[in-house]
Amino acid sequence: MKLTLKIWRQENAKSKGKMVTYKMSDLSEDMSFLEMLDVLNQSLAIKGERVIEFDHDCREGICGQCSLVINGQAHGPESHYTTCQTHLRSFKDGDTLFVEPFRANSFPVIRDLKVDRSSMDKIIQAGGYISSFTGMAPEANAIPIHHDIAESAFDSAACIGCGACVATCKNSSAALFVSAKISHLAKLPQGKVEREERVQWMVNAHDNEGFGSCSNTGACAMVCPQEVQLIDITRMNYEYNRAVCHSKE
Amino acid sequence: MALNAKIPVGPLKDKWQNYLAKTHIVNPANRKKLDIIVVGAGLSGGGAAASLAELGYNVKVFFFQDSARRSHSVAAQGGVNAAKNYKNDGDNVYRMFYDTIKGGDFRSREANVYRMAEVSVDLIDHMVAQGVPFAREYSGYLSNRSFGGVLVSRTFYARGQTGQQLLMATYQAMMKQVKAETLKQYKRHEILDIVIVDGKARGIIARDLDTGKIERHAAHAVVFGTGGFGKIFYLSTLAMNSNGSANWRAHKKGAYFANPSWTQIHPTALPQAGEHQSKLTLMSESLRNDGRIWVPKKKDETRAPGDIPEEDRDYYLERRYPAFGNLVPRDVASRAAKERMDAGHGVGSLKNAVYLDFKTAIEKLGVDTIKERYGNLFTMYEKITAINAYKEPMKISPAAHFSMGGLWVDYELQTTIPGLFAVGEANFADHGANRLGANSLLQASVDGNFILPNTISNYLSNEIRTGKISTDTPEFEEAEKSVKEQVEKLLAIKGTMPVDKIHRRLGKIMFKEVAMSRNEKGLKWAIEEIRKLRTEFWENIAVSGDQNGPNSELEKAGRLADYLEIAELMAVDALNRRESCGAHFREDFQTEDGEAKRDDKNFMYSSAWEWDNGENWKLHKEPLEFTEVKPTVRSYK
Ligand SMILES: Cc1cc2nc3c(=O)[nH]c(=O)nc-3n(C[C@H](O)[C@H](O)[C@H](O)COP(=O)(O)OP(=O)(O)OC[C@H]3O[C@@H](n4cnc5c(N)ncnc54)[C@H](O)[C@@H]3O)c2cc1C
Ligand code: SF4
Ligand code: FES
Repeated sequence: MKLTLKIWRQENAKSKGKMVTYKMSDLSEDMSFLEMLDVLNQSLAIKGERVIEFDHDCREGICGQCSLVINGQAHGPESHYTTCQTHLRSFKDGDTLFVEPFRANSFPVIRDLKVDRSSMDKIIQAGGYISSFTGMAPEANAIPIHHDIAESAFDSAACIGCGACVATCKNSSAALFVSAKISHLAKLPQGKVEREERVQWMVNAHDNEGFGSCSNTGACAMVCPQEVQLIDITRMNYEYNRAVCHSKE
Repeated sequence: MALNAKIPVGPLKDKWQNYLAKTHIVNPANRKKLDIIVVGAGLSGGGAAASLAELGYNVKVFFFQDSARRSHSVAAQGGVNAAKNYKNDGDNVYRMFYDTIKGGDFRSREANVYRMAEVSVDLIDHMVAQGVPFAREYSGYLSNRSFGGVLVSRTFYARGQTGQQLLMATYQAMMKQVKAETLKQYKRHEILDIVIVDGKARGIIARDLDTGKIERHAAHAVVFGTGGFGKIFYLSTLAMNSNGSANWRAHKKGAYFANPSWTQIHPTALPQAGEHQSKLTLMSESLRNDGRIWVPKKKDETRAPGDIPEEDRDYYLERRYPAFGNLVPRDVASRAAKERMDAGHGVGSLKNAVYLDFKTAIEKLGVDTIKERYGNLFTMYEKITAINAYKEPMKISPAAHFSMGGLWVDYELQTTIPGLFAVGEANFADHGANRLGANSLLQASVDGNFILPNTISNYLSNEIRTGKISTDTPEFEEAEKSVKEQVEKLLAIKGTMPVDKIHRRLGKIMFKEVAMSRNEKGLKWAIEEIRKLRTEFWENIAVSGDQNGPNSELEKAGRLADYLEIAELMAVDALNRRESCGAHFREDFQTEDGEAKRDDKNFMYSSAWEWDNGENWKLHKEPLEFTEVKPTVRSYK
């Protein structure tokens, strides 16, 4: 099959970027989207042209390193897929595709399609953990956890930290990402001890990193590759209000 | 240099406790004077970085991804083993130790394996405390399943994303220490050399992958948790950027490389579908708990799987290995698949796959149970292949997966370079000639969290008076210069052969002759081909762009340059070992019914190779002594 690619090229965070057109032919439907970029990059390398920089690692939808907005949609046209899982069978022969980086103030462009998502790490640093040190743990079966609670905690813990929710949100809010971690830990008995500090620290860090506020539109949950649920945002708001009410001050 | 494994005295079951009782530890007040560099933020490196930082050392952690949460441990699906005996099915530390030794075909070090089984119990406690949502029974207690090569249920799991959940816990522990300012992270950094001063590892040379800047970093000790190098086969279950470079550079500076040719070829990956494919996605081995593997009895069968009646199906694992059936260890399962495919019974358009069928399990347990156990794997399968595996069998195929070989380490996990330690998949220690499923998340995690923090102190206790290590020395100068020269050399070639193309060709040579089955002629041919390819690489590689910023082609080329050398050592190692053991199957050394023929008289050793300036490698043998177990013929029949 044939595709026309319009790809965002930008030298670095400070320079201005632009769309550059590349015509691709002899593609097969079984190729993944990133394999098509591999082929394109090979042809650029032979010509001595700088290759297109894009992020990826596991190529199986679990590491969260791949990004890309394809035709206006974070992680491409299929909902709940990552870009690396997107195959060319999702497009029609002759299509024109616009390929851009994840755009948000908190995600500065490094080059071309690569962005810096350190701001998400900073939110986790603020409190997205249980402060137990290696060696402190009690016997694992000492605290029974209801099957359904463990499964529900897993649903939230499944977030891969890709940032597609942010790239999709019209406010560039990371609410879904933050709420997934808050919910994961608040649901489990081990995580309940620090729930009040955690939610306040993380929500503050989210705002300090320049992410926007959530207006409950729900676009994030439509693209999220791990199907993190909007109800987690409700849980986060509950946890936050609960923490404020319980606040010692 | 003679190898000294430093195995503590005493009975096997007391060795680790004896070691802990006698080892030197560093006074808490002195720890902040000591700098440690950890390369790798997976379960092994990340666990080490977090635990060492908790102890109060100054830790710097380096990794090439953009966040520590993305290291390839994240991709592990099936589970992690521990001898908790929650199932009352006769499991204990000894049985787990024995299963691992036997699974490794009696080619691993008893003391290390026993220790891994011993501390496995603590790891589950640790991970639960960190918030890992392991699968639970309705009673609220932890649930277990079985993995290949064992008869008990000792595998803990979090749906099909166990690695991700363990890594999240480890990442969060790291982030907690970043906040506490005892841990500093260097993301998007690639380690290109190690610096030795007065015979000790004292630092590294790294390239900042965003700015292209070559940096020097010094420390009192260096820890490598750099993962496996299975990506040498190009098509593998590893991440695209996984590499062997850090280990290889250390090897060239004096670290011995042990059993490099022992690569696990995983039986249940997705088959290659086309020429452009870049990755073989794994379908977790846990699927073999409920899935049945078969091929059509008729060669070149054209009917769809659903139309092939029972009597025309060959459940070849159940047929050949009635005791273990579909749960035989990986090497056995992969070889058996290869045998059927070579005999013309492969399925799929390229005839490079076998069926993994859930029909019986769905009939017995219902779709919902299967969904809860493996839902995300079935979804992943459908995303890649567009096939619904609840309705028709999966097609699976063997793929390069795990490096049993790695840097040689002693009982303290120290390499032959004093001050350089290796943890996780980067070392060679625990899996012998074949790794059991769910044992390597375990090994990586316990190495990092429980073992290394206790052994590195023995080394560091002699460093408290050393003072800050300077990067302003001839050794750093020299190492930086050679890294820069290599970068410039790669950019100057301006050839016509893209990096991926050469890598693919290397992968083909390796998969043909240095993978599931090997023979003398093939290995010699492979060595010739690898050398030719290496020459072609240095004459004709196409690397565009420059070094002053991100340049993914340059990164890939540097890794491939190292792979082209590692490949040769792998073939040399396989050639040297004139026996079959575990994943190392020599066609010229097999029994009449096609099973591996071990030679304990001549090969009861680990091969540790010393770099000899690229001329040749020097072989050192670490004899393996079995005091507790008697090596037997590994039979799963
Ligand atoms: C698809 C898949 C499924 C698996 N499933 C299971 C399972 O179910 N159970 C099980 O027990 N095991 C499983 N394994 C094996 C297990 O996941 C790995 O062996 C283990 O996670 C390795 O951990 P590690 O910390 O040693 O390395 P990794 O997690 O691979 O981490 C390597 C780290 O080193 C860094 N690094 C490497 N080279 C450099 C360099 N040159 N410069 C800077 N940084 C560098 C990387 O950035 C990364 O942080 C699986 C493996 C794969 C590939
Ligand atoms: S919530 Fe979903 S979209 Fe957002 S970072 Fe997590 S996995 Fe990605
Ligand atoms: S590359 Fe890992 S999720 Fe896409």
